[in-house]
Amino acid sequence: MVPVLVFAAVSLVTLGAAIAVVTNKNVLHSAYFLVLAFVGVASVYVLLEAPFIAVIQVLIYIGAIAILIIFAIMLTRRLMSKDMEQRNHQWFWSALGALVLFGVLGWLVYSANWPTVEGAVPKDPITLMGQELLTTYVIPFEIASVLLLAALVGSILIGRESDQESRSAE
Amino acid sequence: MSIPLNWYLVLAAALFSIGLYGVLSRRHAIGMLMGIELMLNAVNINLVAFWRYIDPAKITGQIFAIFVFTVAAAEVAVGLALVIAIYRNRNTVVVEEIDLLKE
Amino acid sequence: MKEFFFNITWIIPVFPFLAFLIIILFTQGNRKLSHSLSIGSMVLSWLVGWGVVFSAIGTPHLGEHPVHKSVPWFETGTAVFEIGYWIDPLMAIALFMVPFVCLMIFIYAVGYMGFGTEEVDPNYSRFFAYIALFATGMLGLVISENLLTLFMSWEIMGLCSYLLIGFWFEKNYDDPNKITPRQAGLKAFLVTKIGDLFLVLGILYMYSQAGTLSYADTLFNHEFLTHLAQTPALPIFGGWSAASAIALLIFGGSVGKSAQFPLHVWLPDAMEGPTPVSALIHAATMVSAGVFLVARIFPLLNIVVELDHHNPTMSIIAFIGAFTALFASIIALAQNDIKGVLAYSTISQLGYMIAALGIGAYVAATFHLITHAFFKALLFMGSGSVIIGCHHEQDMMELGGLRKKMPKTFWTFLAGGLALSGFPLITAGFWSKDEILAHAWEEFMHYGTASWPFFVWLLLTIAAFLTAFYTARQISLTFLGKPRGHHAEHAHETPNTMTWPLLILAFFAITLGWVGIPEEIVGHGNNWFHAFVGHEYASTPLSIPVMLLSSGLAIGGLGLGWLVYGRKPLEAGQMDPLQKGMERIRLGWLYTAMQNRFYFDEIYAAIFINGSIKLADIFYNFDYNWVINPIVNGVGAVTRGISNIFNQFDEKIVDALVNLTGLSGVKLADLGGITDLKVVDGFVNGIADVTGWIGEKIFRPIQTGKVQNYLLILLISMLAIIGIYLVY
Repeated sequence: MVPVLVFAAVSLVTLGAAIAVVTNKNVLHSAYFLVLAFVGVASVYVLLEAPFIAVIQVLIYIGAIAILIIFAIMLTRRLMSKDMEQRNHQWFWSALGALVLFGVLGWLVYSANWPTVEGAVPKDPITLMGQELLTTYVIPFEIASVLLLAALVGSILIGRESDQESRSAE
Repeated sequence: MSIPLNWYLVLAAALFSIGLYGVLSRRHAIGMLMGIELMLNAVNINLVAFWRYIDPAKITGQIFAIFVFTVAAAEVAVGLALVIAIYRNRNTVVVEEIDLLKE
Repeated sequence: MKEFFFNITWIIPVFPFLAFLIIILFTQGNRKLSHSLSIGSMVLSWLVGWGVVFSAIGTPHLGEHPVHKSVPWFETGTAVFEIGYWIDPLMAIALFMVPFVCLMIFIYAVGYMGFGTEEVDPNYSRFFAYIALFATGMLGLVISENLLTLFMSWEIMGLCSYLLIGFWFEKNYDDPNKITPRQAGLKAFLVTKIGDLFLVLGILYMYSQAGTLSYADTLFNHEFLTHLAQTPALPIFGGWSAASAIALLIFGGSVGKSAQFPLHVWLPDAMEGPTPVSALIHAATMVSAGVFLVARIFPLLNIVVELDHHNPTMSIIAFIGAFTALFASIIALAQNDIKGVLAYSTISQLGYMIAALGIGAYVAATFHLITHAFFKALLFMGSGSVIIGCHHEQDMMELGGLRKKMPKTFWTFLAGGLALSGFPLITAGFWSKDEILAHAWEEFMHYGTASWPFFVWLLLTIAAFLTAFYTARQISLTFLGKPRGHHAEHAHETPNTMTWPLLILAFFAITLGWVGIPEEIVGHGNNWFHAFVGHEYASTPLSIPVMLLSSGLAIGGLGLGWLVYGRKPLEAGQMDPLQKGMERIRLGWLYTAMQNRFYFDEIYAAIFINGSIKLADIFYNFDYNWVINPIVNGVGAVTRGISNIFNQFDEKIVDALVNLTGLSGVKLADLGGITDLKVVDGFVNGIADVTGWIGEKIFRPIQTGKVQNYLLILLISMLAIIGIYLVY
C-alpha cells in the first residue's frame, strides 16, 4: 500500500510540474518547475531501486542542465515581457496530437505482454557499471566522449561573439 | 514488486506527451528546449523501468540511461549556444519569428 | 536518568536547525514569532545540553571511557560514513558554555536589533534565523563523533559567519578605504577558507591512514595513534611522523578559524557585523572552535611527545600562538574603535590558548577557553550596549563619562575587563591565565632558557601586561571622565533585554574560575576542573612566584593604564597620551603602524590579490590570444575550407547540369519550334498557370519556415501511419 501511495504522490508532483513547465507564461517560472519535475523523476528512479541513476539525475539535470537553462534565460531576457503570450497559434492541434499519442502509447503498453521477472537488483551496481562501461560497452563510451568533445567545441564556436560584435560592444 | 511495470510506462508516456506538447506549442525557444528535456527524461524512466522489471541482474539498462544523460547534456549545451547566438543576431527568442527556411 | 540524556544528545543541534528552517520559510514577516522560535530552540538546547553536561559530570572515568553512539549515514562503494555523538570531558565542558552563552546573546540581540522601537532592524527575522543556523553548526561541532561531521559543522559556521558579518550588506561607505560589510563578509569567508584547505588535507591524510574518521577508531585508539606516530609522513614533511604531519595540517584549519597570525586579518574587519554577531561568533563560539579542534586532536600531538619526547608540530603551534598573543596585544594598544580593541584582544587571548596547547597545557587551555568565552562575550555585549546607548558612536575618543549615564553597563564591563586582565583571585580570568603561565614557567624551568617554553612564557607574560594596560585604557576612555562627544552627552542606559544577560555573564566571569583553583590552595582532590577534564595529565604544581607575577602584571597594567588615561581623563580633541609619548621618543612611526595594524591588509592585497590578478591576465591571454583561440579558429577555418571544397564541387556539377539542360533545351526548341508556338505553347501555358496556382495557393503557405509547424505535421503524419498500421 505504501509504495503505491508514494508512487502516486511522486507521479502527481512530476506530471504537475511538467504541465506547469509547458503552460507557464513566465519562462523563468517554467524553468523552476522544470527543476521540480527533475526532482520528481529522480524520486522515480529511487522507487525503481536505481539510486545511482537518481543521483546522476540530480547532478546532471538539475545541477548542470537546469542551471544552464536558467543562465540562457537570463542572458536572453531583454525583449521578453512578463505578459507575453506563451502559446503559439497551433497549440490546439498540438495538444490534440499529444493526447492522441498518449492514448496510443497507453494502449500499446497495456496490450503488450511484458516478460517481467522478479529478479534481485545487483548488490554493487556501481562496480558492475564501471566494469561493463570499460569492457562490453567501451566503444559507445569512447564515442560518447567524442560526442561531448564535439558539443564542447561546437557550442564554443557557435556561442562566441564574433570580433565585429565584440568590437562594437566596446 | 507492488507497483506493476505498466504504471511506470504510462507515467513515462504521459511525461513524453506533455514534453511533446511543450515542444510544439511554446513560443519561447528555451521553452521548446525544456519540452525536449522532459521527453528525454521520459525515455530514461522507460529505460530504467524496463531494466528493473525485465532483467535486473544485468546493468545494461542503467548504462543505456547514462548514455541518454550524456547525449541530453551535449544537446542542451549546443542548443542553448544556438539560442544565444540567434538572440544576438536577430534580437528575438520567439521561435515563430525565426523562419528563414521560408525563403 | 543519565542514559536518557546521553541518548538524546543528538537532538541538541536539531532544535536551532528547525528554528532556522521555520523562520526562513514561514515566519519572516512576524518578528515576535521569529525571535521566540530562535530563543525557544536555544532554551531547549540549553536545557538538554546541561542535562548531558551534568550527567557527564556524574559519570566516573568519563575521560577513559567516553560515551558515544553513531549510525550509518551514507555509503560510497565499500566505505560507510557515520553520524553520531561523542561525550567526553572536553565535549561536556564546551557544552556547558556554548548553549548558555548563545542563549544569553540571543536574548541580548532582541534588544540590540531594536525590537519594539522605531529603529528596529528591517531584517530582524532573518538575523534570528541565521544565528539559529550558526548555533546548529557550533553545537554540531561540539557533539560530533567523527572528523567528517566536525568538518560539516565547521563549514556551516563558516557560511553563517559570512552571512552574519555581511548582514547589513546594503551599507556602503563614502571612504573607499573603509571596508563595507559585504566585503568584510567575503574576506572572512575567503581567509578562513585558506585555513579550511589545510584542514581538509589533514582529514584526507588521516582518512588515508586510518580508513575511518570516527574518534573512537582514530584519536582515541592508542594502538592506531602509536602506529601513526611511527609511520613516516609524506616526503614533503621531511623526517616527521604521520601523526605530526596530520596534526599540523589540521592545525592549519585552526589558524584560519581562530584568527592566528598570519590568517588573523579577517577578524578586525568582521566587526562590521552587528555586535551580537561579534559576541557570538568572534568571542564565544566560532573562534573557540579552532581551539576546540586542537584540543580534540591533542591525543595525536601527545602520542608523539610520549614516544619521541619532542613534537615539531607542537613547537610550531606554540610559536604561532605566543607570537599572535603578543602581536595582537600591541596592535590593540593603538585602536580607537571600541570593538576594534576587543577584536584584537580576542586574537591575543586565542593566541594564549593555542600557545598553551602547544606546550602541552591541555587542561589550562581548555579552562581558559571556557572562561574567556564568558567574559569576552560579556565585553562585546557591553560594548554593544555602549554603542546602542550612544546611537552607534564607536570611536572611543568621542566617548567618556558613561559611568554615570550607563551604570549597569559600566559595572558589568568592569567585571569583564578585570577578568580579561586577570585581576587576582576574584576573577575567572585570573585562575585560567595563571594556570597557563604556571605551566609555561614549569616547562621553562625544566628545559632552560633556550627552549620554546621560555619563549612562550616570555611573550605571554609581556602580553598579559599589555592586556591589562589596554583594558584599563578602554575602560577609562569609555566610562570615566567627562563626555567628549555629542553622542556620549546624550547617552542612556539600554533596555533590560540587553542588561540582564550582561549581569548573568558578569556573575560567571567572576565565579567560574573557582572551579579550577589549584590543589595546593583548596586541598588535595578539590581542583574539580582538573580532575574532570584532564586527570590523566599531571597537574601543574602551584608556583607562588608565578601567581605573584600574574597578579603583579594585572594590577600593574591596570594601574598604569588608569594613571595614563583615567586619573586625568582626556579632554575632547586631545591626542592619545600613548601616541604623544611615543612621538616624543621618536617612535611616532611605530604608533602609526600599530594603529594601521602593521599594514598586513595592504601587504596581503599587494602580494596575493594583485598577484592573482596578474596571473589571471596571463592565463586569459593564453586562452584568448595565444593558444586556445587560434586552435578553435583553426578548426573553424579547416571546416570552412572543407565545406568550400564541397561547395565548389556542388556548384560545378550544378553548373554543368544547368548548362547541359540549357543546351539540350535550345536544341529541342529549334526542332519543334513552330508546333510549340501554336499548340504546345497554349498547352504549356495552361499547365504553367495551374502549377503556379497550386504552388502559390497550396504549397507555398505550407512552407512557413516555422519549425514547430513542421514538427506538428510530422506528429500528425506519424499518428496517421500508426493508426493505419494498427487497423490493418
